[in-house]
Amino acid sequence: MYDKTVRRRRAVLGLLVGCSLILLTAYFGEPAGGALHSVQRGILEVVSPIQEGASRALKPIRDLFGWVGDTVSAKGDLKDARKERDMWRATAIRNEAAAREADKLRGLVGLDRAPKSLAPYGPVTARVIGRSSTVWYGRIFIDKGSSSGIKRNYAVLGSDGDAQDGAGLIGRVESVTANAATVRLITDASMSVPARTVKTDASGDVKPKAGNPRDLILDYTNKNDPIGVGDPVVTAGTTSQRSDLTSVYPPDLPIGRVTRIDEPGSEDQEVHLAPFVDLQRVEFVQVLTKTVDGNR
Amino acid sequence: MPSATPQLLLRAAALGVAVVLIQVAAVSQVVLFGTNADLTPLVVAAVGLLCGSIPGALFGFGVGLFVDAALVQTMGLSSLVFIAAGYGAGRLRELRDPQAGVVPMVVGAAATAITTFGFGVMNFLLGIDAPVSFLLLRQILATIILNALIALPVFALVRRWLSPVLPEDPRRRRRRAYTTGGLSPLSRA
Repeated sequence: MYDKTVRRRRAVLGLLVGCSLILLTAYFGEPAGGALHSVQRGILEVVSPIQEGASRALKPIRDLFGWVGDTVSAKGDLKDARKERDMWRATAIRNEAAAREADKLRGLVGLDRAPKSLAPYGPVTARVIGRSSTVWYGRIFIDKGSSSGIKRNYAVLGSDGDAQDGAGLIGRVESVTANAATVRLITDASMSVPARTVKTDASGDVKPKAGNPRDLILDYTNKNDPIGVGDPVVTAGTTSQRSDLTSVYPPDLPIGRVTRIDEPGSEDQEVHLAPFVDLQRVEFVQVLTKTVDGNR
Repeated sequence: MPSATPQLLLRAAALGVAVVLIQVAAVSQVVLFGTNADLTPLVVAAVGLLCGSIPGALFGFGVGLFVDAALVQTMGLSSLVFIAAGYGAGRLRELRDPQAGVVPMVVGAAATAITTFGFGVMNFLLGIDAPVSFLLLRQILATIILNALIALPVFALVRRWLSPVLPEDPRRRRRRAYTTGGLSPLSRA
């Protein structure tokens, strides 16, 4: 009797582990349009309205926890914020004058195609209805899908509610159903975004640092690039002249700001940036549904 | 091991779906101490502790499958680590049947550790390129501590939900009768 119980237990355990391994192997072996991926999309389709309902219903509880956390951290931030505000106010005045001058010059040389706003990119606003909780997969779920014109690989912007630095690129659309989509965040281990610094035009690829959503790496920079702490980093857009090598991200979308440079001036220099958007606090996003001039 | 009645299966399935939806829609969006809690390993471990190793492993497999499907993750990955958590908790109950009040807390922390580290190891084996940093370890440790703190109420809720359909365990009935003074095996003899 005892042996039978033990055998049965081991058989069930072996069967479950075997099933998991078969699923794992099959999932890796199939293309994005394969059966298991289709099942995932089907489940997402069914679950997303429930998720949306649950997300709305549980918002007061989230807000309560958020309020407690924000109150504690806000006290510490207030002093720094005031100092920064004064600095930015002075910078904004200088920038306003520079922008006016740049507009004139751009018009003169025929380069006035840079977008003044996101309107030409056909932004579609969506609500965040769910979030992946592991440190390995940076994904959120939004309540708009292909019925709103959203397709795979569209760039996604978000805001965490901060007036100044709290908006920017947060990721790209990974999979779409009729009324929902998943967004792979820039903090996902598999993401890489072509980017450049605004001040010095140093280019590289923005990649995540696993375990810390407030730290990104600007990889593949040149050791001679004059990058400084505090430099804003934006998307590079399409840099190739070939039409089949267009970037999925429009140019000049803000990503983050350089916080420190490890081993500067060496081949191994590592440029760290803090994303403009606190990805844990994003509630609404904008999906850019149109491409302007091949994202150049 | 309790026999799986239809009511138990139904309640376990409802519990699995509810916990994943609550996790995705609410808990994962609440940041505490720089991380967020993960209810799924706690609930899987609680089911293992209450029902035994095979129900725990089956529940872990089911919840893992649903997590992978709902979060568009690699199918089978969460199932594998949750099987370990559910089976381990169930075996602890079958072999030791610990009665201390802090058991759910310890088992919850252990289940979270198994799933987070297991998930990490599997990801590395599958070739997901992410540097192992102190920050990553810190985040994992913070999740384990946070989960340990909420393990007791989560376990109480799971027990409350499942207890009406759980068959009475003869070992527990015997112990309860013995410790409350009546029906001692000695006095009966």
